[in-house]
Amino acid sequence: MDLLNAIVALSNFVLIPAISYGAQLALGALGVTLIYGILRFSNFAHGDTMAFGTMVTILVTWLLQSWGVSLGPLPTALLALPFGILGCMALVLLTDRAVYRFYRAQKVQPVILVIVSMGVMFVYNGLVRFIIGVDDQRFADGERFIISVRTFKEMTGLEEGLGIRTTQGLTVVTAVITVALLFWFLNRTRTGKSMRAYSDNEDLALLSGINPERVVMITWLIVAALATIAGTLYGLDKTFKPFTYFQLLLPVFASAIVGGLGSPLGAIAGGFVIAFSEVGITYAWKKVAEYAMPAGMEPEGLLQLLGTDYKFAVSFVILVIVLLVKPTGLFKGKSV
Amino acid sequence: MKKFLMATALTGLAAVSAQAASHSEAIKVGIILGFTGPLESLAGPIAGGAEMALAEINAAGGILDGRMIEGVRADSTCVDAAAGTAAAERLVTSDGVAAIFGAMCSGTTGAILTNVSMPNGIMQISASATSPGLSTQEDNGLFFRMAPSDARQGEVMAQIIRERGMSEVAVTYTNNDYGSGLADSFQAAFEKAGGTVTLSVAHEDGKADYSAEVGSLASAGGEALVVIGYVDQGGSGVIQAALDTGAFDTFVLPDGMIGTALEENFGADIDGSFGQNPSVENERAAVFLEMAEKAGFDGTGVYSREGYDSMALILLSMAAAGSTKGADTAAKVMELANAPGEPIHVGELGKALEIIAAGGDIDYVGASSVELVEPGEASGGYVEMEMKDGQLVELGYR
Repeated sequence: MDLLNAIVALSNFVLIPAISYGAQLALGALGVTLIYGILRFSNFAHGDTMAFGTMVTILVTWLLQSWGVSLGPLPTALLALPFGILGCMALVLLTDRAVYRFYRAQKVQPVILVIVSMGVMFVYNGLVRFIIGVDDQRFADGERFIISVRTFKEMTGLEEGLGIRTTQGLTVVTAVITVALLFWFLNRTRTGKSMRAYSDNEDLALLSGINPERVVMITWLIVAALATIAGTLYGLDKTFKPFTYFQLLLPVFASAIVGGLGSPLGAIAGGFVIAFSEVGITYAWKKVAEYAMPAGMEPEGLLQLLGTDYKFAVSFVILVIVLLVKPTGLFKGKSV
Repeated sequence: MKKFLMATALTGLAAVSAQAASHSEAIKVGIILGFTGPLESLAGPIAGGAEMALAEINAAGGILDGRMIEGVRADSTCVDAAAGTAAAERLVTSDGVAAIFGAMCSGTTGAILTNVSMPNGIMQISASATSPGLSTQEDNGLFFRMAPSDARQGEVMAQIIRERGMSEVAVTYTNNDYGSGLADSFQAAFEKAGGTVTLSVAHEDGKADYSAEVGSLASAGGEALVVIGYVDQGGSGVIQAALDTGAFDTFVLPDGMIGTALEENFGADIDGSFGQNPSVENERAAVFLEMAEKAGFDGTGVYSREGYDSMALILLSMAAAGSTKGADTAAKVMELANAPGEPIHVGELGKALEIIAAGGDIDYVGASSVELVEPGEASGGYVEMEMKDGQLVELGYR
């Protein structure tokens, strides 16, 4: 019985939050990694691309809500998601046409594209704030919990509760579906194969008659979809605030780099590595130990490896170690 | 000789016209707040309050022989003291402001005071900086704040918690001067009152995830969680994570957490949570809200009322001193803010100007019932709040 309580406490405070946070990071990192793999630069504007897509989704959600449309227990934002993706696609294609294409034609160094993407980031940043404002926006509706702490306690009679939010379930399910679709697309379809060919060797791909502009366009479309899905899931789970999305850039990049830039599989693994290290290593094991240890041996202290102040340090230490030992990341991406 | 005469005549003319210009020229006041950065959503209502006071003085005919006041906004970013200092320096050197209203966060406020206001001899009044450190910082008598020091808030909060019979709480604070200052003063006061703080953990604002912090706090345990943060920032994120995991269901909420966003975000989920907000009983609070609505900003915003009062005091002290020099105006602030004199309520700035012009004395009450104590900060009245049925209810003043 006590061991059960220990497992429940651990799942409630570590496993479930880390899995859903990891899935959100993985989706974000996938977008970063695709751009790095195919367009060959680190896109600093990714966090704000997520913010823009989410903003469109929120605006459409509000419209649907005002019409009285709802999905019952699921959040209405899921219905609005396709519109958000379309809006985000329009934005990134427009940006590519107006900004990136010019630099691509010049065949500039990747570092110049990185700086350009930073400029784009500030423009997006301002655009989102201008349209929806700087405040917190909550747009989740429907059932909040799949199982709430209180019902779990009543059902099982355990001392510890276990809460799973609808959004956490949704995040994981959507992430799995999205990733499966993406891998199917990259590995099985002709367009996907041409994208991988372009990523592996640009010159050879051009020689075999692959249209580079088309590959670039499709990459942006996929990235916009991924960014919007990641942003919306994150916003549903927590809240939408432009500043937070800007800050998300850091863990997202860390995930992509740990996994290996340019490797989709790596991005997913990286997302979970970062999430688990942030939540797990700084966790205070006192509560779990109290249940797991025999009576009379309960610990006095918190059993905390590191204070939570260090949680970002932890993910970056992991990043540094990975880069030192395997400069291409866990899954053999391109070296930075 | 003729040339000399011409020259003197011209110089005289120039001097006269320069003097005339200085009389009709607007007096500029810098409004420096964190318009971008982690607290950008709080800056609007504070600036709104300040600009409303400014407009009211202008409508009453200005000060110092009818000179109009012009507000110049600048961005302190709240987190980047260097950027805030540079912005304040620009206000002084390039815009030529006569006084500075701001900054918002304690860290940048202190930096601007030391690096810009003091060297230039300019008066600075902040509406919202609450760090205890600012009470002892050297200021040549030029700095005032309408917010009380958090040393006092820590005591009040400890007292409220003990009176409710709780003896063990966990604390999380936002990682800046405000958060750590209040967390320290609270912990000291709470332990002195016989309570125990099981764990005190910092959280960063604007971050993606707070499960790690909540996990540790839950392990440490406690009857309630003291959330020293901002309601539209990490503070709400921490509460949300704590609620979802069932770690805590009662929260203690100091000033940064009290706001309408709390009701919108959590409603009845956090019923029974309580806290305090710096506020002194003010029978004309409704008047301010009405004026704010007309001016087009949210009058319920944190420190919006103090923003109005800070700006009003800056301008009234210039009028009383008959000068825009920092040292002259700063000498008048305490006298105007405190009794004796004719009480001046919100919306009565015109009346205040008339009394000052006639040589009378005023006791500025304003929107936040201003009462300043040495060294130039609000005396620290608090209103105890509690969440009841999803609404923040005022329980009484202390």
